[in-house]
Formats: sequence, C-alpha cells, structure tokens
Amino acid sequence: MENIICACGHSNPFGTKLCEKCGRPLTEEEKQNKVVDMRYDGTAIRSKTYNKSIVDKIWNFFSSVKVGIALIIITLIAASIGTLLPQEFYVKASDMEKGAYYEDVYGFVGKIYYTLGLSDLYSSWWFQILVGMLAVSIIVASLDRGIPLYKSLKNQRVKRHESFLKRQRIVAEGQITASPEETLSKVEKKMTEMKYIVRRDGSALLAEKGRFSRYGPYINHVGLIIFLTGVMLRLVPGFYVDESIWVREGETRAITGMDGYFIENRDFILETHDNAPQGEQLKQGVNVVAKNFQTDITLYKQPKDAIAGDTENLEKVRDYSIRVNHPLKEEGYALYQMDYRLNELKQMNFQLVNKSTEQSLGKVGIDLTNPKKEYDLGNGVSVKLLVYTPDFSGFENGVPQTATSVPNNPAFLFKMTTPETPKGETSFVAIKQTLEPLGENQYKMKFESVETRDMSGFTIRKDRTIPILFVGGIIFMIGVAIGSYWNHRRLWLQVEPDGHVLMAAHVNKNMFSMKKDLDAVTAFAGLPQYKDQLEPSEEGEESTNRGNTKKEGDNTL
Amino acid sequence: MSRGFINLEKKKKRLVTRTIILAILAIAIGYTVYGTATKEKVELVAVGSEAPNFTLVDLNGEKHKLSDYRGQGVFLNFWGTWCKPCEKEMPAMNSQYQVFKDLGVQTLAVNIAQTDLEVQNFVDKYDLTFPVVIDKTKSVMTAYNVDNLPATVLIDPDGKVVKITTGEMTEATIASYMELIKPK
Repeated sequence: MENIICACGHSNPFGTKLCEKCGRPLTEEEKQNKVVDMRYDGTAIRSKTYNKSIVDKIWNFFSSVKVGIALIIITLIAASIGTLLPQEFYVKASDMEKGAYYEDVYGFVGKIYYTLGLSDLYSSWWFQILVGMLAVSIIVASLDRGIPLYKSLKNQRVKRHESFLKRQRIVAEGQITASPEETLSKVEKKMTEMKYIVRRDGSALLAEKGRFSRYGPYINHVGLIIFLTGVMLRLVPGFYVDESIWVREGETRAITGMDGYFIENRDFILETHDNAPQGEQLKQGVNVVAKNFQTDITLYKQPKDAIAGDTENLEKVRDYSIRVNHPLKEEGYALYQMDYRLNELKQMNFQLVNKSTEQSLGKVGIDLTNPKKEYDLGNGVSVKLLVYTPDFSGFENGVPQTATSVPNNPAFLFKMTTPETPKGETSFVAIKQTLEPLGENQYKMKFESVETRDMSGFTIRKDRTIPILFVGGIIFMIGVAIGSYWNHRRLWLQVEPDGHVLMAAHVNKNMFSMKKDLDAVTAFAGLPQYKDQLEPSEEGEESTNRGNTKKEGDNTL
Repeated sequence: MSRGFINLEKKKKRLVTRTIILAILAIAIGYTVYGTATKEKVELVAVGSEAPNFTLVDLNGEKHKLSDYRGQGVFLNFWGTWCKPCEKEMPAMNSQYQVFKDLGVQTLAVNIAQTDLEVQNFVDKYDLTFPVVIDKTKSVMTAYNVDNLPATVLIDPDGKVVKITTGEMTEATIASYMELIKPK
C-alpha cells in the first residue's frame, strides 16, 4: 500500500482519487471522467484501502454503504413482519396460554407466527443484533467517510490544478479584458456580499459557503446513535422501570420496582355521569359514561437502613389522589391509575340458624382478609372455621382446594357447636352450595350478606432515558435539516496575468441557487459564461435556461 | 525510510483504534441481547450477590431476620397454599429440615400475603416444624423479585446467594441443595 505521489509533489494516502493538495485526478478512472465525483471531495475512503487483518475485514464490511443499505432493508422488512399480527406484549393471555391464543385467534398462520417467535420479534436476539449491526454500520461508515472529508475540506487549497477545475460540473473558460487584479477583487466583493467566505492565493480565489451542510448526514448519524444508546440504556438497572401492581382497598403493599416505598389504597372511586342516556350514547347502547377513576392513596417510605418486610416504622410521605392523567410522582417515578376491579369480596356474614325453627343463634361475620379460627357466640354456641379456601376449586381426596389466594369463590368448612349439638355439626358452605358431609345437621350457616371492596391497578414507570432519546432526536433532526436545507457551494477562480480565466463551481445539491449566484457574479465581474457539463448542450442557452427538468445533482453525503 | 516507519506506526494505531471501537460496539450489542433475553425470565436476585436482608414475623409472633442466620445456610422457600407444587414439596422440605437443622442449615418458608388461618391450617396439616413467615405487604417478594411459585433461594453461611431455583423439588434435590449451603 504505497502512497500516491501526485505530479505536484504531494504524497496522498493510497486510494485517494483527487490529490489532496492540487486536485489532480490520481486514478485512471477519474482521469477518464468528464466530471469528477466530489462526494467525499476525492479523499480515500479508508476502508477501501487496508484489508489485511481480520479487524480490518470486519471494519471494511461495516464501512460499505451497500452493506448499510442491505441492513436497513432487512431491518425494515423484519420490523414490518412484526406488525402483521399483534405482538405478545399486547395480547391478554398468560405466558402459558399465548401459543394457544395465537392459534385460536389467527389459526394456522398464528401458530406458525408464534412458533417462529415473530410474536415477540422486537425482543428477539436476531432483531437486536440486526439493529446493532446497523448501528455499527452507521458508526464505521461515518467515521470512514466523515473524518477524511472533514480533513480534506479543512485543509483545502485555494489553488487547484487545471485538470481538477476542468472536471467540475460547472466550468467557465475564457479571456477577460479587465485587469486580473480588478476581476479578482470584483469577484471577492460580490461573493463576500453573497455571504461566501473568500480566500485568495495569488492569482487564485476560492469562495465557499455553507460548508457545514456537508456534515449534516454525520450529525444526524450521531443523533441516531445517541437515540439507540438511550434505548439500550433501558436495560441497565435503574434507568427504566415499567411494573404494575394491584392494591386492594385497605391494603398496604410494597411497590414493585420502587425499593423501600409502600402504598396504601384508602379508597377507590368510580364516578359516572348520571345523565339519562341520549343521542349517540343511546345509539351505541352505552348506559353509563365514566367521569372519574380515582384512588386515594397514602405513600409510605421505609426509614433509611430498613430492610425488606420491616413495616413497623413506615414514614408517611403524603396523601394523594391518583386519577387518570394525574399520576403520583415521586423521585422520578410515576404511578398511574391503570385499571380497577370492583366489588371483590371482603367480608361474608352468616346467621347460625336452626333449620326447622329458622331461629337464629347469632351472627358470624367473617373477614376474608383475616378469618378467625373460632367465633364464639356466647351461651355455649360457637362456630369453628376448620378450613377456609378463598377460591374454591373442588375437592381433592375430600379436602377442599383453592385455585388462587384471591377470594373469588370463598368456601368454608364450619363446625357448629350449640347446647343442642354439643359434639358439633360439620357443614361445608360455598357460594350456592352447602354440603353436610357427616350426616344431616340440625343447624346451618345461613348466608346473609357480603361486604366488598375495590381494587386498583397501578402502573409504575420510571424512564431516565427520555432526555437521552430527546437529545438524540433533536440532534438527528438538526442533522437532517442541515443536510437538507443548506448546501455547500464553492467557486474556484484562476486569472492568469495574461487575462486567461478558468472558473469552476461545485455544489453538493441545489444547482439552481448556485447558478443564480454564478449569474450574479458573472455579470458583476464580467466573467466568461459558464457551462454545465452534465446538461445536454442546448445551443448556448444554458444561462437563460431555467426549465431544468433533470434532477439536480444531489450528493447528500 | 522514516516515512515508512511513520506509516507503520499509523497503521498500528489505526488497528488499535478500530479494534477498540469494534470491541465496544460488540460489547454493547452483546449486553443488549443478553439483557433482553434475561429480562423476561424469572430473574430473582443475582447469584453470587448478597441476599437482600429482610425481617418477617412467623405464626407464633416471632421475628425472623435473615442476617440473624449469618453463619448458617438458609434454605429460603417462597410458597402459597394455592400452589400445588409448593404443597407437594413441603413434606420433603420438612423431613430434610429435620436432618439438616443440626448441621447448620435453616429452613425459612415465606408465604405470599395469605391469611393467618389458611397458613396455620396448612402448617397443621403437614406438621411443618420449620418457621413459616407471612409476607403481608409482599415486600420481601418484591425485594427478591419472585414471580412464579415455588421459588427457592439458597443462601450460604456468608449471606451470599448460591443458587436460585423455581418449580417443584424432589426430596433428593432438596437434600443436595441443603448440602450445598451447609457450613464447612
């Protein structure tokens, strides 16, 4: 890998297309071209130059724009496949039932979709690797192109070789009658007026404007990488919390994801509009419209150094009413009112009655959150609670079973003792079901009433990555704007002492406004008429021809 | 010739820079994939880290603080009466507790927020002799990030988590786990 020594004596890195110093084309290919490729100002794209070690090979792979585009297309296709059916996250089924859910709802296609893991595509390892590779490609390709481009633009000379100028898209050549110095000064004046930065070196002049627009794509890549970093940081403990909990009225429980904090649900309130249904409401068969979902809570915090389970010295932080769109905010966390369940059983009241006389021996109220072993009704009357199952699901070997710990279907095995039945009678009582397993009883537990309580579902969120995502997004947009709405315009002018003029211009996009500037300076300084080498010649009408139907040379990079 | 030397230096520098950049990116991707893969799983406290300290009250009103068992292995089991596999492994845990309690392995069963009556009935039914505490506020459950029951955390005499296991255990497995955290 030898350096290329240009005719001007400058040593260029291998792979350079246009000499860094004078701009002479260095490769055969460039020499053949009528108009040079100015995308990276002719600098060597580094990746294309060294290909020896494995690191270089990996680097070069990611540096390729083709690879980058392929990755973008693959990622887009994969991401769109994920939108065909709802992702698992949005499916209301437990982990075990998800496969069955997809098959039931979407048939065979759903089964395949689930089996292939497409139902959780965005968290799949291969999708993440794909996005990761895209990030690597963005970084490597940008470094490989951005840095040489920056160096090249920073170090560019005013004086360029004739062959460089003549290979630009816009070229003008001719003879002037005014003095060279006067022409150069006039051009300098006009270009400065048009906000160009003008540099002069002897008989050469370089006017430049909007160089920063060349960095637009790199700036938006930086934004993109910051954004992806933010998304990645969600996995780092402490950056992102998204949990949910259920809290029943009267209950105090630890808040998942929020260490050391406890929440007490004091009251859940559901308010509805009490209007008589009318209009659209009636048409759609909606009976009541909710006005407010609210949970009055008290937030507690454990004292410092307290350990889990130690709820003796909870410090009250504050009372608050969590309503929809009015989350409780504390230390970067937000608790949202997300869900509710009304009327969960809290207490069941029974009467102990004589089956034949219907006479009551007393009332037994069973608090389902803390059932007692024995309820003494006095006068030798007592009810023992032998077994309590909150969610009765049937018998197994004669023993009542519970499906969950939630009182959805409470069942009780009572032993009733009265002066008449001193040995006690056993009765199994569930909702709409009474069994007398040990023979006919004289007494029964007559169901009287229930007391219920509501339950609130909260979501706990913390997202420290939002500012990062925000910054990334803004930088991305700035980069896009810079690259889209500004353009890099350059004008080279060389006036020999004998009045021979060579002018060339380059713009990375928006040739139209470049030509406008050129028309202005040409008229002002009396320069020869320029020619657009990419435009089919139209009988010398170039300067007046504004109906340019061809797409302007858009070189975004 | 000094130019060639400089070039060699440059190449070396470039190789190092490229290697560093690629390595950082590879680590970031690896972390992301690993992080996502393990996020959804029942990831309790990390193995090798210190077991979060807690204090809970048992059915007899006695306080049990994890740090008080420093010097002994702790077989920490999370359970509920509605959980069938929990129920099945209880008698085996009970008999292994009898074997290992004099060898310095304490068994502690943490019930998830059930009523005293249910838990007491359950304890009586299986004659459980090890302490059974109730996590009324689900505070310990939250600290240990317990999701599925039964979950068992093995804590060595130094208070470090040695192993985490979810699902039903056989008596032989329980014995081998207790052996694992027995003080040397």
